Amino acid sequence: MLEVRRVTAGYGAFTALWDVSLTVAAGEAVAVVGPNGAGKTTLMRVISGLVPSRGGELVFEGTPLTGRRAHQIVAHGIAHVPEGRRIFPGLTVAENLKMGAFLPPARRAYRQSLERVYGLFPVLAERRAQRAGSLSGGEQQMLAIGRALMSRPKLILLDEPSMGLAPVMVFRLFDLIRRVRAEGYTILVVEQNVRQVLKLVDRAYLLEVGRIRMEGRAELLSEQDFVRKAYMGL
Amino acid sequence: MSGPRLAAALAIAALVGAPFVPMGGMRQYVLHVAIQIFIWAFIGSAWSLMGRFGLVSLGHGAFLGVGAYTTVLLWNHFRLTPWLGGPAGVGLAVLVALVLGYPCFRFRVVGHYFGLVTLAVGEVVRLLIIAERDCTDGSLGLTLKTAGGDSLLAVQFADKRVFYYAALLVWLAGLWIWHRVDRSMARAALEAIGEDETAAASVGIHVTRFKLGITVASAALTAFGGALYAQYITYVNPDTLSGIGVSLKIVFAVVLGGMYSLLGPLIGTALTTALSEGLRIAFGLKFLGMAETIYGVLLIVFIIFLPAGIAGGARRLVGRRVAPVTASPA
Repeated sequence: MLEVRRVTAGYGAFTALWDVSLTVAAGEAVAVVGPNGAGKTTLMRVISGLVPSRGGELVFEGTPLTGRRAHQIVAHGIAHVPEGRRIFPGLTVAENLKMGAFLPPARRAYRQSLERVYGLFPVLAERRAQRAGSLSGGEQQMLAIGRALMSRPKLILLDEPSMGLAPVMVFRLFDLIRRVRAEGYTILVVEQNVRQVLKLVDRAYLLEVGRIRMEGRAELLSEQDFVRKAYMGL
Repeated sequence: MSGPRLAAALAIAALVGAPFVPMGGMRQYVLHVAIQIFIWAFIGSAWSLMGRFGLVSLGHGAFLGVGAYTTVLLWNHFRLTPWLGGPAGVGLAVLVALVLGYPCFRFRVVGHYFGLVTLAVGEVVRLLIIAERDCTDGSLGLTLKTAGGDSLLAVQFADKRVFYYAALLVWLAGLWIWHRVDRSMARAALEAIGEDETAAASVGIHVTRFKLGITVASAALTAFGGALYAQYITYVNPDTLSGIGVSLKIVFAVVLGGMYSLLGPLIGTALTTALSEGLRIAFGLKFLGMAETIYGVLLIVFIIFLPAGIAGGARRLVGRRVAPVTASPA
């Protein structure tokens, strides 16, 4: 479904990603794990078009998307839930969700999508008239995911969904992501909470200082000694 | 007809009939003030079109000056009718807006930095007008050459009532445009952009296009207002139509009246005009700069206590009084 081929990207004189390749098949859940500053967020931003790549290719469902800007990528069915959630704090929950269905095809299915999102996250329905900035961190993350779902994506990019959440909330959130998965969405997730995320996904990539260090089935990766030591604290 | 619609219809009828009300010897003066208010309120609406989305321009004088000077210069030098000169001025202002806006929006010059860029552009236009003295008469300003009596082709009329109705119509058209934008998808997109550009882009909003679109619309309307003002006053001056002074005057009136409300710019313009006229009548030329000083103090007071302006503040006050009633069943 998604193919990233030998992508290089960076900011100014700094190169954050070197020759990174990865694939995500339809229906799959894939994680990219790694320490701070490994380039995980940059990778997500390259895929969603927020950061231009300097080399390599991006192919989604057979369509080359290299060099497309963010608003065009969304139209192709890739929704990005950015790091730090980035909801619209001054708009209400309902307005945030409405903005998620901004593009005409998504707008036509607005009612249906809204029901689906409220079904997945009932708390959003309860708080629909509330300003998004007044939600708790976990609720904001749900809203961010809900907003992404409103665009009727085929692939969802989740960037650090557990960031800044209380441990209890992290558990709940991963549960919810599991439910989103069960709805049939394909997911690419970036996480620092390696132990949790490896329980969620089928396959994972280990990214270190801008390079893919390792890839494989999630169980396999979590059995690797150095992964357990360095990232899972075991 | 529903309440607000009826009120609006009555208000418009009153405005249409106003020039025929006997006012003693004051008619010319009253009409003059009213025309000024309508034109500047229209320009204020044009500014708030983008200002309300966080695109705070401190250089709308650039568009005003381009619109006014283009129209007057084409008439004075080539006898080109303002019916064509005006659109030429609007076109040129759109070009300026594109040259200013595209790099800013593409490379994310936002907030204060965007304000500073616009401030500079406003000054550049003022200095250009002064520098091109051979053609524009520099800082002396330029008087519109008379067509020798009333002329529709030259848009010159001795009777102020013609300009009164023209200004009224233009102001109403400005309100209509403001209302259309307010009800459109563009408003939602621009609000989202104002909140968080990255998030807006990631839900599929073409950030650059929307920002550029609203900037161009705002610039075009402002330039049109400038052209109309020049035709009415029949004199253009770089200091009154471009540069920091007039740019801030527009911003101030809108912030005072309320930039998120339909009638905000009118309320603000009416108040600032009344203030400067009142000071002029009371003190004559004794306290030059007094009006600006009072503006400044008021601006600070307003930004602290009434950030949504008079119109926004009044609406909130009414809302508060209504709210407990709707909540009472619980």
